[in-house]
Amino acid sequence: MDKLHLDQHISQQFNHELEDIRNRVLAMGGLVEQQVDKGLTALLESDGDLGQIVATADFEVNAMEVEIDEECIQILARRQPAASDLRLIVTVIKVITDLERIGDEAEKMGRFAVELAEANAATSYRKELRRLGDLVKSMLRDALDAFARLDVDAAIKTAARDEDINAEYQTLQRLLATHLMEDPRQVSQLLKITWCARALERIGDHSVNICEYVVYLVKGRDIRHINFDQVRSEFLSKPN
Amino acid sequence: MSTKTSTSESRTSAASDAFDLLKETVGDVTVDDPKMTARNVDVFYGDNQAIYDVSLDIGNNEVIAMIGPSGCGKSTFLRCMNRMNDSIPSCRVTGDMSLDGEDLYSAGLDPVLLRARVGMVFQKPNPFAKSIYDNVAYGPRIHGLASNRAELDDIVISSLQKAGLHEEVHDRLDAPGTSLSGGQQQRLCIARTIAVSPEVILMDEPCSALDPIATARIEELIDELRQNYAIAIVTHSMQQAARVSQRTAYFHLGKLVEVGSTNNIFTNPRHELTENYITGRFG
Repeated sequence: MDKLHLDQHISQQFNHELEDIRNRVLAMGGLVEQQVDKGLTALLESDGDLGQIVATADFEVNAMEVEIDEECIQILARRQPAASDLRLIVTVIKVITDLERIGDEAEKMGRFAVELAEANAATSYRKELRRLGDLVKSMLRDALDAFARLDVDAAIKTAARDEDINAEYQTLQRLLATHLMEDPRQVSQLLKITWCARALERIGDHSVNICEYVVYLVKGRDIRHINFDQVRSEFLSKPN
Repeated sequence: MSTKTSTSESRTSAASDAFDLLKETVGDVTVDDPKMTARNVDVFYGDNQAIYDVSLDIGNNEVIAMIGPSGCGKSTFLRCMNRMNDSIPSCRVTGDMSLDGEDLYSAGLDPVLLRARVGMVFQKPNPFAKSIYDNVAYGPRIHGLASNRAELDDIVISSLQKAGLHEEVHDRLDAPGTSLSGGQQQRLCIARTIAVSPEVILMDEPCSALDPIATARIEELIDELRQNYAIAIVTHSMQQAARVSQRTAYFHLGKLVEVGSTNNIFTNPRHELTENYITGRFG
C-alpha cells in the first residue's frame, strides 16, 4: 500500500478535497523554500532590502498554515477519514506546523540581514554560512519532494543528512567563536550570525520531521525517536 | 462437519479478481481468552457458498466488530454463532464452531438452550406484543430461571437497569413494549436478551434504525456490557465499529480478509481491500 490512491474514493468530492489539500501543502512548501533562499541570500549579500521583504512576507506563510489547518479540520469533521486518509490529514497538519516554523526561521534571517547590512558587519564567515545554507536548502527541497512523491527511501536518506548539517553547524560555531575571541568589538554582529546559523540548523531539524511524517504517512509507522539504523534496515528498500 | 463442496456461485470478472486476492486472512484470528471459536467454517445456501473457510475467535470481555459490504457474509457468520441459520432449510454449515470448547453443532446440543447462552439483538427492534415487563420476563419464564414472582421481578428490574432503560420505564412496566421509542425498544430487546444471563451477545446492526442519541446510549451500553459478556457486533457504520470494538474483522465476498485490533485496522490496515472499504474507495 505504498501509493495512497487519493483519487479512488467513491466520493469524487472527497478526492478533490484531498488533492486540493496536498497541492496547498506543496504550494506552502514552495513559498517556504523561497523564503529560506531569499533570507540566506539577503544574509550572504548584505542585502537589507531583500531581508526586509523576507521578514514582511512571513505573514503569507502563516496565512497558508491557518487556511490548510482549517481545511483539515473540516475534513476531519465532515469525512471522518480513516486509514491512509486519516494519516494524510494528520501528516498535513504536522507538516504545515514545521513549514510555518521554517518560515519563522527564514523571517529571523531576514530581520538579522537587515540589521547586519545596516551595521556593515564583517563578512569573513560567508563561505561557511553559504555551505551550511546550501546543505539546508537542499535537504528541505528533498524532504518536500519526498512528501510530494510519497517516497519513503528518499525521506529516510534525506533525514540522514541532518548529521552533515549538524557537523557544518558545529564548524561554523567554532569559526565564529574564534572570530569573537580575535575581535570582541564584533560581538553584536557575530552573535546575530550565530543566531542565523542556528536558524539554518533548526530548518534542518524541521526537514527531518517532515521526512519522518512521510514514513508515517506511507507506512503507518511512527519512526520518531527510533534508532536510525533500525529505521534504515526496516524501511529502506535497499538498506546500506 | 468436515465435508466441503464446490460452489457454483457465479461472479462478475471484477469480483472474481478480488476473490482471487483473498488467499488467507491477514492478522491473528486467535485471542488469549476465547469464548467462542470458529475454525474453517463454510456456509452454503443450497449450492451457493456464502462463507469460505472462516476461522475466528471471539474473546471474553471483548467487543468484536464485523464489517464489510452488503452480502459479504458477516451477518451469515454471526447467525451461525447461535444457530439462527438452522431455520433456513437450504443452509448448511461445515467446519468447527464451539462455545467454551463445546461443539455448537453437535447432535446433542439443544439450539434453544444455546440461544439462551448466545443471545441476539437484531437490526430492527422487535419487542413482543406484550407489556414491557413481560417482554423481559419471557425468556426467564420459558427457561425456568425464576421460582417465584419476586425472583422474576428482580431479574426484570436488573435486566432493565443493565440495559439502561429502567429509569425511563419503571413507572409503566405494564405498558406495551411497542409503545416505547425506537431507541427504548432496542434497549428493551437488549434487556430481554440479557434477562436469560447469556454469555455472548450477538448484535446485527443494532443501531441502524436509531437516531444519534439513541445510538450513543446503545454504544455506551455495549461498552458496559463488555465487562460481563463477549459481544460480536455487525455494523455498517465504520465510526461505530471504531468506537465500540476492541477488535475488528473485515469480511469480503464470504471470506474473512483481515482481523486485528481496531486501533490498527482504522489507522493502518494491512490488506488493500480493508483499506479500500474503510476509506470509501473503489474496491
